[in-house]
Amino acid sequence: MSDLLQVRDLHVKFVTPDRTVNAVNGVSFDVKRGETLGILGESGSGKSVTLRSILRLHPEHRTRWGGSIKLEGDEILTMGRSALSDLRGQRVAMIFQEPATAFDPVFTIGHQIAETVRRHTGKGEADSWKRARELLEMVRIPSPAQRLKAYPHEMSGGMRQRAMIALALSCNPALLLADEPTTALDATVQIQVLLLIRELQREFNVGVIFVTHDIGVAVEVSDRIGVMYAGKIVELAPVEQMVDAPRHPYSRGLLASTVHDGMRGQRLEAIPGAPPDLAEVPTGCSFAPRCKFVQPSCVARPPDLRDVGGSHLVRCVLADALEASVAA
Amino acid sequence: MDALMPREDRGGPAQPLLLAQGLRKHFPVPGGLLGRSGKVVRAVDDLSLSVAKGETLGVVGESGCGKSTVARLLIRLIKPDRGTMVLDGDPVDEPHGITINELRRQVQMVFQDSYASLNPRLTIAETLAFAPRAHGLPASEARARVRDLLDKVGLDPENYAGRYPHELSGGQRQRVNIARALALRPRLIILDEAVSALDKSVEAQVLNMLVDLKTELGLTYIFISHDLNVVQYLSDRVLVMYLGKIVELGSVEAIYGNPQHPYTRALLSARPSMEPRRRTKEAPIQGDPPNPIDPPSGCRFRTRCPFAEDVCARVEPPLADTGAQAVACHMRVAGSGHSKAAAP
Repeated sequence: MSDLLQVRDLHVKFVTPDRTVNAVNGVSFDVKRGETLGILGESGSGKSVTLRSILRLHPEHRTRWGGSIKLEGDEILTMGRSALSDLRGQRVAMIFQEPATAFDPVFTIGHQIAETVRRHTGKGEADSWKRARELLEMVRIPSPAQRLKAYPHEMSGGMRQRAMIALALSCNPALLLADEPTTALDATVQIQVLLLIRELQREFNVGVIFVTHDIGVAVEVSDRIGVMYAGKIVELAPVEQMVDAPRHPYSRGLLASTVHDGMRGQRLEAIPGAPPDLAEVPTGCSFAPRCKFVQPSCVARPPDLRDVGGSHLVRCVLADALEASVAA
Repeated sequence: MDALMPREDRGGPAQPLLLAQGLRKHFPVPGGLLGRSGKVVRAVDDLSLSVAKGETLGVVGESGCGKSTVARLLIRLIKPDRGTMVLDGDPVDEPHGITINELRRQVQMVFQDSYASLNPRLTIAETLAFAPRAHGLPASEARARVRDLLDKVGLDPENYAGRYPHELSGGQRQRVNIARALALRPRLIILDEAVSALDKSVEAQVLNMLVDLKTELGLTYIFISHDLNVVQYLSDRVLVMYLGKIVELGSVEAIYGNPQHPYTRALLSARPSMEPRRRTKEAPIQGDPPNPIDPPSGCRFRTRCPFAEDVCARVEPPLADTGAQAVACHMRVAGSGHSKAAAP
């Protein structure tokens, strides 16, 4: 099966008169149809910038792109205006963290979904409303016929997020981008939405990129997880591998510093320091200043993303040595 | 000087540090004729709790359950409609008790938004010295206290005292907020989602620091969070809230090891599993929490509860002691009329 999305050596730079931010510094990954890639990272790691680049949502005049993003063979970074607006919503859809701000507050949910259906499928007025209703049923919104007439503020957070998923899937996209879609939701609602996304993904056979800062959420939805740090993927592995045997010191630190069952009374293994300033292009490994295994070679040049076997990629000179210490 | 010394323990270790009885706060809902819709948000309804000296009481619940309102009531940022509070034997805001100012000296709070909590025009040193100066500490001593406070929260005084809030990272700002909370040497600190906005690697640093400070300074914490894992890590006892009411209260072992209320169970099993081979198959409960403006009659959880029966709609379940924990559920009250309850 060929890849749905190919990202190769993506660089994203934001340039203003005062300052340049190197937000993404060489990210490569593939996504297949029917697969969920989780991208895990802390604030400022470049995970959302990477995701938004796939729809070219960054302001054109301040953004410098490098590398390539191909959807089913079509290059997105050089795409013209009309191809781009066909891409957005129809071939690639996105759901956001805050559905309250993603919907237009002055139109009903039904109006907004029906409008999208009309724009991308050319259906008539009646057919597009019918489709909107089916979509609300599909995301299990109770009494969908009434909910079509509701304004975004009349719905609860969980219902709005369901409506946003309905909107995103309204044109059968090949790829769904999810930017922390459950972060603002309550725990008992979050799990419902995660299960819904997982189920609809299977049903629609859509590729999903799910960006989150929450390891538990990433593990719950992803087939593979990529961990980002300072604008680079530092580790990319099937989810089981990532949980059982993370190789990169940052991934390991992140897992160790995440509080879970049975850690009571233990001291947490915190990663010292804070992420680097992205104004500088790193000359060595970006994690080196915080890494307890740092060596002279780490600072000399940036390490490559290497395959350590079993589709497990690690950007660390010590990847093999660290495996031994996990086993020990 | 009054502000210099930590307050003496008065009632001994067995006397609760803070007792709250029957706290209630209803917020009027604007709208309707002349702005009087007559509707109220029942944010906190007849809530009683006690905090023992030296313990950490965790408070969990979903948005709108009233957990932040409880925090604000306990420090009197808002005035309760009803209810009394006693701090180490002294009634609060009553003729023979202590004033609200005194309460706030002994009880301090740290908020979620580390940036909004700090005055952007004051340096860190000015922020930290503000309250001690206002309580009459001479400038030279206040400077010494600032250095001491910054040391305590792991920020180098030479490097950080002169900086402004926007020059710090989120984790560093939250350390400053914690230092400020410590500036008047309080006995109880209310942490309202204090680590929720931090990245995980930084959250771990701050949690470790909170544990250290508690031991070093003999503090008591009320730790409010939506993150069940962090609450479990830090708390001795845990209070679970739903729509302004306590549904379950007990030791951390009892609440996490043997939860009794269907809501507590749902909340705990809604946590992501961290086990890719055994993923959650089904959500423990459906729907969203109802609007606290018109909470359901009887048991407020009944609209989402898989075990709800007639009695749950008619009668509000009392918070009943079951031994290890207190639970507000008809299934746990003998003779309540629920088919799963024991015979009277």
